[in-house]
Amino acid sequence: MAVAAPPVPVRSRGRGRRQWGDLLTGYAFVTPNLLLLVLFLFVPLGWAFVLSFQEVGSFGPATWIGLDNYRQLVGDPVFWRTLLNTAVFTATTVPTSVAIGLALAVLLNRALPARGVFRTVIFLPIVISGLVTSLIGLLMFGEGVGIANGVLRALGFDAAPWQTNGPLAMTSLVLMTLWTRVGFAMVVYLAALQDVPRELYEAAQLDGARPWQQFTNVTVPSVRATTLFLLVVNVIWSFQIFDVVYVMTNGGPGYDTSMLVTYAYDRGFGPSHLYGYGSTIGIVLFLLTLALTVVQLRLRRSGEGGL
Amino acid sequence: MRTWLRVLICSVAALVMVFPVYCMVVVSLTPKSELFSSGAHLWPQQFTLVNFTDLFARFPLGAWFTNSVLVAAITTVLSVTVNLLTGYALAKVRFAGRSVLFLLVLSTLMIPTQAIMIPQFRMVTGLGLYGTFWAVILPSAATALGIFLARQFMLSVPDELLEAARVDGAGNLKIFVRIVLPLSKPLIAVMTLLAFMGQWNDFLWPLITLKDPALYTLPVALRFLQGQFDQNYGGLMAMALMASLPLVVLFLVLQRYFVEGLARSGIK
Repeated sequence: MAVAAPPVPVRSRGRGRRQWGDLLTGYAFVTPNLLLLVLFLFVPLGWAFVLSFQEVGSFGPATWIGLDNYRQLVGDPVFWRTLLNTAVFTATTVPTSVAIGLALAVLLNRALPARGVFRTVIFLPIVISGLVTSLIGLLMFGEGVGIANGVLRALGFDAAPWQTNGPLAMTSLVLMTLWTRVGFAMVVYLAALQDVPRELYEAAQLDGARPWQQFTNVTVPSVRATTLFLLVVNVIWSFQIFDVVYVMTNGGPGYDTSMLVTYAYDRGFGPSHLYGYGSTIGIVLFLLTLALTVVQLRLRRSGEGGL
Repeated sequence: MRTWLRVLICSVAALVMVFPVYCMVVVSLTPKSELFSSGAHLWPQQFTLVNFTDLFARFPLGAWFTNSVLVAAITTVLSVTVNLLTGYALAKVRFAGRSVLFLLVLSTLMIPTQAIMIPQFRMVTGLGLYGTFWAVILPSAATALGIFLARQFMLSVPDELLEAARVDGAGNLKIFVRIVLPLSKPLIAVMTLLAFMGQWNDFLWPLITLKDPALYTLPVALRFLQGQFDQNYGGLMAMALMASLPLVVLFLVLQRYFVEGLARSGIK
């Protein structure tokens, strides 16, 4: 408030004009983006809540059905199955990709012949689209001409039912997902390792710490914030998995690899066009993401307190 | 750890990463007859380009590539432009409501688009955009992450620089174009790459919003081809390879920006 009473009147007039100008510029600069956000994020989010209380098909008017969609969801064994599948997929892909990423980053952090080539090759799959990844996955794990089975046979094993056995189908999804994720974790860790002070390692060496002890006592705690970030990002990616599942297994066999997003897509855009029910699954996905973000913020705060 | 052991482990990791790409290339060069009679080989008895020529003869590849380039380019230009404008306003212009706006933007960071794809679809349909490129482009251009990156970057532009220009009589628009944009080149490079790659590779949203095969972008076209080819992986892999090549080349040339961009989109 005190700022509003400047000592020199001339400056006050200039400042007033500038305030007015800044207000106009501010909103002029923000408006195009705000329009996009409102039309395609805010309104759809509110609308998703509305739809989740309605029964809507592609034809005819919507009818309010209160909490029926949610009641149906709670009693829907397929929903619980997709939730479990998504949890299993997340619990296997996330720690594995982060751990392998860290291991590779540590190996590549010191001088090594052809280090740049290794880094490029391991990081490269990140630019390959989910759809191409999925098609490669089919080429690898298809039961007909699949390469994995060709290799198994050549080594004298039996061909594995990668698509007709639930756990094996899930394994093939996890492997292809790891292929695209490991490089990201590695690169982010490589950046973080640059900031770990050399003196910490020197001090550890003076104390007689072996390489493994240096890793667990210096490296791991030093990149804790990065690990947390990678965990959160990967959890969110895994929760929203669609492309590989849709193309490689289409949720099958049965519902053995059906995920939250593929199920929501199925209900909303499949032959039944259950927009209300599909949106209800979407709301669950949103709330889960929100909960994960809150957990992340808590962890980060407690992490800072602990340092 | 011994150097040779590290090289060995890294080589194994690199081979595992390359193997799927290698298979994609080899299978795309394998004749259909060989694939069907004896399955995929890691080294085919015969090499052929028929899978590629066959694709060009039977499908509108030119249109699909043009579609993907157009959609990705327009999305990128649009989203980078509006994000830079918003980033500048949120970082450097003082106006009432600024912090509320920033909070609104932050809150959208937590909305997964998959969770709202049904109302988004109805919005696009209601606006009469269903089946057009704009249905793909406009929702993808609305990204909170882009605004966030732009704002954080522009906070680091020194205020003295802007004040000096202001004393010389420059307005906000002039300052933005003449001073802030030239300083933001690294930011623009990173945002451009992220936006282009995201849109080039996106599958779910174009799958929902495009209906005419002539308007398909590459990922949707690939899915369409999967139905056409069934078990003929030769043609499918040829197409997958061609669809991936532009980004792979871009990545090899601009690797530094990719690394920086992806690391920054994460580490805030």
